[in-house]
Amino acid sequence: MILLELFWTFFKIGAFTFGGGYAMLPLIQSEVERMGWLGKAELIDFIAVSESTPGPFAINISTYVGRTVGGFFGAVCSTLGVVVPSFVIILIVARFYAKFKENKTVAGVMSGLKPAVIGLIGSAIVSVGTTVLFPNGYTFSVFSDVSFYISAGITVLCSILAFKKVHPILIICLSAAIGIAAGYGLQLNV
Amino acid sequence: MEQKKSSTAKLAFQLFATFFKIGACTFGGGYAMIPLIQKETAEKKQWISNDDILDIIAIAESTPGPLAINTATFVGYKTCGFFGALAATFGVVLPSFLIIFVISTVLKRFEQLQAVKYAFYGIRAGVLALILKALWSMYRQCKKSVMAYIIMSFAFVGAAVFDINVLWVIIGCAIMGLVSSEIVRRKSK
Repeated sequence: MILLELFWTFFKIGAFTFGGGYAMLPLIQSEVERMGWLGKAELIDFIAVSESTPGPFAINISTYVGRTVGGFFGAVCSTLGVVVPSFVIILIVARFYAKFKENKTVAGVMSGLKPAVIGLIGSAIVSVGTTVLFPNGYTFSVFSDVSFYISAGITVLCSILAFKKVHPILIICLSAAIGIAAGYGLQLNV
Repeated sequence: MEQKKSSTAKLAFQLFATFFKIGACTFGGGYAMIPLIQKETAEKKQWISNDDILDIIAIAESTPGPLAINTATFVGYKTCGFFGALAATFGVVLPSFLIIFVISTVLKRFEQLQAVKYAFYGIRAGVLALILKALWSMYRQCKKSVMAYIIMSFAFVGAAVFDINVLWVIIGCAIMGLVSSEIVRRKSK
């Protein structure tokens, strides 16, 4: 039963994500968290793992969630689920792609989906930002907590580096190093 | 007939091997994969032309699913039909699958270590920065119009404030895009 749930959940994610990279994040957040398969912080941790290992984010996350929830066959089912919609649709489109390219309906739908993905990633950032900066909810006590300032500092520093096109893996290594140094240096409770 | 069969099998295996390499060598997925796909499939193997690559990107962008899968399926199908599509897609998926399968076992074993906890505490803030950067890149690439801003705000408010299921937000935005582009087209006639 869990295998079927894994397949179906990732089938939906595969069928409704348009565009590469983080476009998949909002849907994964809502579907995977709804099923209770992965916590908010755990998902963010995994984004870092996925950035530092080869292969598409979609395959990495589906394999990871499947493996955690349902072992080897869970990993197979969820990965299959995320792949099948693209595979079938491309097989159909490949036959008459000249027409598909000029199709007005497709262009119309895409003119809605592109800005939608941006809005949805914005909403994913609110959720990720809350988890990172306010792990215990929005309370004033957070401002007396040194771990808040360190998280905020890392975010600002890494944003500057990311905009300067520093490689994501370097950014992840740097933020891990700061986390370890600050954690041991200040005996943080995280 | 026998010869054709064996050459199909050979080509399918080459597709598998090439896309296995592509899957194993690109970090971050998505657009990071395009240059390697171009080099391997258009320049080296000449399965497709450079023009095809542009078509593939356009199609991958307007069909659902990860870019890597869309591209692998498309190139595989154009090169050697259904079995080519199957071989290429399987090839691009397999490296990630194997690597993550191993890592997830290791990760579970180490996550209780204090050093690992501190590392991920720092990393989470770094990931937030990476997603902010991704959002900015996507925003810059998106064609701006009044309708685009309306849809962006609708999607953001719907998901972040009203907690509407993301699937419904996507369907709603697709309908809004379709209807508004139809209205624009009728008016310009």
